[in-house]
Amino acid sequence: MSEAASASVDLSYLGAGARPGIRGWIFSTDHKRVGVLYLVSLTFFFLVAMTIGVLMRIEQLTMGRTIMGPVTYNALFTLHGVIMIFLFVIPGLGSACGNFVLPLMLGARDVVFPRLNLLSWWFYAIGAVIVITSLFTGGGPPDTGWTFYVPYSLRTTTNVPLAIFGAFVIGFSSILTGLNFITTIHRLRAPGMRFTNMPLFAWSLYATSWVQLLATPVLGITLLLVILERLFGVPIFDPAKGGDPLLYQHLFWTYSHPAVYVMILPAMGAITEIIPTFARRTIFGYRFIAFSSIAIAGVGSLVWAHHMFTSGLSDTAAMVFSLLTFLVAVPSAIKVFNWVSTLYKGSIELSAAMLYALTFVFLFSIGGLTGLMQGALAVNVQVHDTYFIVGHFHYVIFGGTGMAFFAALHYWFPKMFGRMVDERRAKLAWLPIFVGFNLFYFSMLVIGAQGMPRRYFDHLPQFHTGHLLASAGAFLMVAGLLLMFHNLAKALRRGAPAAANPWGGVTLEWSTPSPPPVENFAELPPVPEKPYAFPREVAR
Amino acid sequence: MTAAGHAAPHRDDAGSRMGMWLFLLSELLLFSGLFIAYAAYRSIHREEFHHAGAELNAALGAANTVVLLTSSLTVALGVRALRVGREREVPRWIGATILLALAFLAVKAIEWTTKYRHGLFPGRPELAALPPGERLFFGLYFAATGLHALHVVAGAVVLSVAAALVARGRVRSDAPVVLENAGLYWHLVDVIWIIILPLFYLAA
Repeated sequence: MSEAASASVDLSYLGAGARPGIRGWIFSTDHKRVGVLYLVSLTFFFLVAMTIGVLMRIEQLTMGRTIMGPVTYNALFTLHGVIMIFLFVIPGLGSACGNFVLPLMLGARDVVFPRLNLLSWWFYAIGAVIVITSLFTGGGPPDTGWTFYVPYSLRTTTNVPLAIFGAFVIGFSSILTGLNFITTIHRLRAPGMRFTNMPLFAWSLYATSWVQLLATPVLGITLLLVILERLFGVPIFDPAKGGDPLLYQHLFWTYSHPAVYVMILPAMGAITEIIPTFARRTIFGYRFIAFSSIAIAGVGSLVWAHHMFTSGLSDTAAMVFSLLTFLVAVPSAIKVFNWVSTLYKGSIELSAAMLYALTFVFLFSIGGLTGLMQGALAVNVQVHDTYFIVGHFHYVIFGGTGMAFFAALHYWFPKMFGRMVDERRAKLAWLPIFVGFNLFYFSMLVIGAQGMPRRYFDHLPQFHTGHLLASAGAFLMVAGLLLMFHNLAKALRRGAPAAANPWGGVTLEWSTPSPPPVENFAELPPVPEKPYAFPREVAR
Repeated sequence: MTAAGHAAPHRDDAGSRMGMWLFLLSELLLFSGLFIAYAAYRSIHREEFHHAGAELNAALGAANTVVLLTSSLTVALGVRALRVGREREVPRWIGATILLALAFLAVKAIEWTTKYRHGLFPGRPELAALPPGERLFFGLYFAATGLHALHVVAGAVVLSVAAALVARGRVRSDAPVVLENAGLYWHLVDVIWIIILPLFYLAA
């Protein structure tokens, strides 16, 4: 398999494109270049929002004012949320790795609409610029929290309309990417690839794309209505004008809860690729994993009001949404059991990618179980708006999607850039990330359960130890993250050349050179009849 | 750019059509947010929605419906002309559609200015003096018809571009999918109006 690597240099998509320099990237319709564009932008915004997070942890080091007052703190947690959610995790794995890997996995030369794909990135980039602009213009950075709840978002003098408009524009990127992926999966599978032997990462992107396509417009109209109300005084949500703020919450969460599955489903898909590869064993329960993705997308679209249990929802509604919330845990748990069963009797190689992937399973399980606790109505009322929620959310989204993102990066890095990452350093960076993460967010769970409310710049003495531990964990974790990113950046320039299939993977992206040529395959590889069929001895 | 090195550029009409239908689905969901808001508020303020609906001019609404339905016919005739190879007729049919679209927008403008004169407009004190249900009705009315009017404009632009491509011979009868998709979009604009009409104009 390594003979292809030597011949690939000239044909690689990384070689000189039709346009030189940066223009060769930002105007390229090659799905691999678009994927890398996303990857670079996402990493940038992740680091920005992470820095904001660090500032908040510094503020919580002491009681009272440490480095900022409450107004700045309000702006910072809003920014942290808006940037992390809209600019990092929602596009996330799906846009970066999905764009890069999906056509390769399907045995296609590109996505079905390459120009639309590039346009999607531009919508994302323009939306991001608008969001950033909103910080420095008008009444200053929004201070509403990332949820933009009315009526406060209608009353605050900060620059909410522009920030909302930015999120609206980014929504187009999400919708069009979803549309593109669905059509690509239907139309561009290589001969012999059916829905029943398609790689499971593609299945998870398929489920994600439907949610993106169907839920994002609901957020679009909701945000648009807030802008109309704010700028032109059109009576919609403002209770002073007869409107109902709960309607806003319903509409907002109709999108924003399914959006959580937009964040996590591609992550689950990536894990489903990584675990069999490094266990050298076929995936356990292919069909169950495939259908559980669809089930998560479906049931996950019907649980939104569990964000509103304390808002005065009717008891009937609360009970129905509570039940549905418990139900959505079933397909997620099916996946976890399948991953663990895949490991059973596997010949496990603990590579960096595998290490991060297993971390995902562990942290996601904690996140999922704390989520179930909140699905119970009585507990929910108790922990609503506390650090327990914040801790749970970070276990799912950072411990879940974030770790899967890192796992996927280490897994597909050789394919993307044709270079190997220093495995030893990657594993070294994992240790502070893992320890710091748990110290950080588990402390949040604990002080949250004790009653520490979210979104305050200050805390009471009884929460001080918890806050200190959380901050210490945060700093440790950030140190690990920096080490990890540094290691990746170093591999970009000085990593050893990668073979076409360094991990012994069996999906189609490993049958083409690393990095792949411009149109992916010199000639289309044969599609394996059974997915994830690993030969007993893998040629390495 | 992607075609470099390979002989035939990739073309997939069924894929393009599928992409368009998916896009229409997302457009429908965009408006569905408004319809849900309407349903929620109407269930709370049944009487007031009834009164506010009486303020709208159902005759103008009906006229506009006829205009828009006719424009869907002219688009369909344009698409058919292209399919059977009469490319030269296409700009005429699409031109007629654009004229009808302008007529629709003109009627809409008349309605909005009348409302403005009566003070039934966001930011005017007369509107603020109305009971909550009626204010919400007009809030939703302006949001829905405004957003729909934007879609009429977008649809007209898309159709113009498609017709120009036909006129220049870039879209031909053996590959009519560009014009067909533009036509599909126009029919969606029509369908959404068909929903808006009874919700607002016939609410009384």
